[in-house]
Amino acid sequence: MTTKTTLRGALLATSALMISAGLAAAQDYSKYGIKEDVPGACSFASIDAKDYSGRTLNIITHAIPVIGEPTALHAQQFQELTGATVNVVHVPFGDLFQRIMIPFQTGQQAYDVLFFASLWLGDFNPYLAEVPQAYQEVSGMQSVTPTYKGVATWNGKMLNYTMDGDRHYLKYRSDVFSNPEMQALFKEKTGRDLTVPATWEEYNEVAAVFNNMDWDGDGAPNFGTAEVTKRDDLMFSAFISRVAAYAKHPDVKGGFFFDLATMEPLVNTPGWVKGLEMFVAAQASMPPGGTSFGLGDEIFSFGGGQALMSYSWDDAFIQAMQEDSPIRNKVAAAPLPGATEVWNRTTGQWDKFDTPNTAPYVTWGWSSAVASASENQDMAFDYLCFFGNEANTLADLQIGRFGVNPYREAHFDPAFYETELGWDVNTATTYTDTLKAIDGGQNQVFDLRVPGVGEFMSSLAAGVARAQSGEATAQEALDGVAAEWKAIVDRIGVDRVREAYANVVALEDK
Amino acid sequence: MYRQKYIFLLPGLLVLVAIILFPLLFTIRVSFSSWDVYNPGLNWIGGENYARLWEDARYWEALTRLSVLTVGTVLLQYTLGFALALLVWRDIIARRFFRVLFLVPMMTTPVVMSVIWRTIFHESLGPLNPILDAIGIGAQPWLSQAGHAFAAVMIVEVWQWTPFMFLLLLAGLLSLPNEPFLAARIDGAGPIRTFLSVTFPMMGAISVGAILIRLIEASKLMETVYVLTSGGPGTSTETTSYYIYIRGMRDFQIGYSASLSLTYLIVMSVALTLIAKALIRLMVKDRT
Repeated sequence: MTTKTTLRGALLATSALMISAGLAAAQDYSKYGIKEDVPGACSFASIDAKDYSGRTLNIITHAIPVIGEPTALHAQQFQELTGATVNVVHVPFGDLFQRIMIPFQTGQQAYDVLFFASLWLGDFNPYLAEVPQAYQEVSGMQSVTPTYKGVATWNGKMLNYTMDGDRHYLKYRSDVFSNPEMQALFKEKTGRDLTVPATWEEYNEVAAVFNNMDWDGDGAPNFGTAEVTKRDDLMFSAFISRVAAYAKHPDVKGGFFFDLATMEPLVNTPGWVKGLEMFVAAQASMPPGGTSFGLGDEIFSFGGGQALMSYSWDDAFIQAMQEDSPIRNKVAAAPLPGATEVWNRTTGQWDKFDTPNTAPYVTWGWSSAVASASENQDMAFDYLCFFGNEANTLADLQIGRFGVNPYREAHFDPAFYETELGWDVNTATTYTDTLKAIDGGQNQVFDLRVPGVGEFMSSLAAGVARAQSGEATAQEALDGVAAEWKAIVDRIGVDRVREAYANVVALEDK
Repeated sequence: MYRQKYIFLLPGLLVLVAIILFPLLFTIRVSFSSWDVYNPGLNWIGGENYARLWEDARYWEALTRLSVLTVGTVLLQYTLGFALALLVWRDIIARRFFRVLFLVPMMTTPVVMSVIWRTIFHESLGPLNPILDAIGIGAQPWLSQAGHAFAAVMIVEVWQWTPFMFLLLLAGLLSLPNEPFLAARIDGAGPIRTFLSVTFPMMGAISVGAILIRLIEASKLMETVYVLTSGGPGTSTETTSYYIYIRGMRDFQIGYSASLSLTYLIVMSVALTLIAKALIRLMVKDRT
């Protein structure tokens, strides 16, 4: 395709989007569960003006409810509005990668639209269509924060269509932290004031003090911390959260997982080892069974009021803030704890920080894309732009099980959560302040988005699990992981991994 | 005329080739390739995958663990299944009801039952620990300590598949001739003597069949581990099938997982053949 034809195509698409937006008549679309349609190229009215009768769109997505449910809902709406036939295939998470990858590799044109974990972009990028400029310029995409635009971009091209934003942050029981009795108890036991943990040492200390006691007065014991610890259940993300502050030095550029220059794994360096030791030490303050908690258990434990603190994605927080939750408006959010000592791999020493070093972890996030082999790219991008239009997103954000989390500037407004969801001021403010701090934060860490990320993370999780179960020390476990990572890099090819990893480092070192 | 009969065999043979031989041959071919997420397709790398497999300690540990798990659970299933079959073999009250009741676990979907068992074993929210507490045994770390997690997997397997043993052994018991039992009674043999000298020997052939079928099935143990423990804590419940699943489906190392699968197939075929011969020698007296 020449530059001329590309420009012509972009112009045509832009014109089409503008014309359809202009033609759209004011109509009531509240029957679709939205408050009101927001005018624009992806609005209900604009999509309603299109006619895709006789055409079929095939979509692969996650199982219901997380992402799978909004995919199906908006597919049904898209079908009704445009006359297209939309087929949605729901796949359990464990099968999703290979169900997308095998058709790609074998040249089958199985799906037009794909929903997947954003960290798989390192694997899928050769098979994805670039988001046309016209769609990058719609209002909904313009308001996506630079962080999540970066996550959607590969080698300067926007390949993922942003429809979710994820990150890890700290969640805690604000009622307990503000309770004078609990404050006195903590002071008595530790000699210092009870504060929201600013370091992982403080986190573990607070968790230990409030572990296995009935601090909410319901007659059942409560526990210090709920964390994702189950090996193949996204535990690697929890571990990286634990590690980031110790291993991501703000003055050392050029890689968190690898040294970009040499492609030597850094996973067994002292910062990582310290993070693992703290992760293992925290096991003593977890609920019974907490050492094998999957994400669902963590959501239920913190969201159900069992644990004092937790850190992961939005789910547990949203669960805690459901209308029927016993701890609604008794929770608050904060950035992940930091570290006062950070490993400097350039000098080979621990550097001390008066203000704890923090490293916001922008992890995971669902994403979507259109297959480059799709013959329905126009309809596919229209579907995605409809999925992510402002009206749909504001509705989806209010349904916790949908798994759609804030990723636009407008989503960081506490007033939305107060008025639409009934959150109290403190909860809404700490939540949005935390998200803003992560989104605009310095020293960010992103997922390892390189070819074979599944293999790297599987190896990491297996090593961490060995240390958690006592099969190996933290250093032994991570030495084993580093050896496996070297072998994986050798198999894939150093240059290929480096080229991909440079995309991640560019996001981190910006 | 003689040759024409082969034409009639051809459709069946073609189906056989398509269903059994082609996937097997294809897997063999894949196992000599480096097909993975970054090298799609069937290139030729010789025996690299097999050399790597030889040094893959996690694979061999998983195979050893699977062997213990398989032999342990099948022996328990056989013992319990035989006991239950003997219980409802003779005329007892509500015999038909019990026969159906004992089959219920086998008729449920393994994944669904594993989810239910995971809830039962849940250490803070599940019902099992409060019950154990109430009867003085105390709460147990079912899924968070290696030994307990291993026992939990065994319990689910035994619960799910004992009915299969029960079904086969009950069918065997119901098909036994009455005369040997009459002769034993005339000779004054009590129930234990009758069981040891008449029932058990006559059940030898069907016992071997039932044990072998279950050994074959149990050696593919995957769903229970996937749902209940994900192979943890650490790698304490990781079985060969689950490990192959991780390498193949999660890590997308298609070539390597094909070599793991084929090696596993060969090891299990040899092991099960030897076990079958030993069992026949031990349990089937009339080997003609």
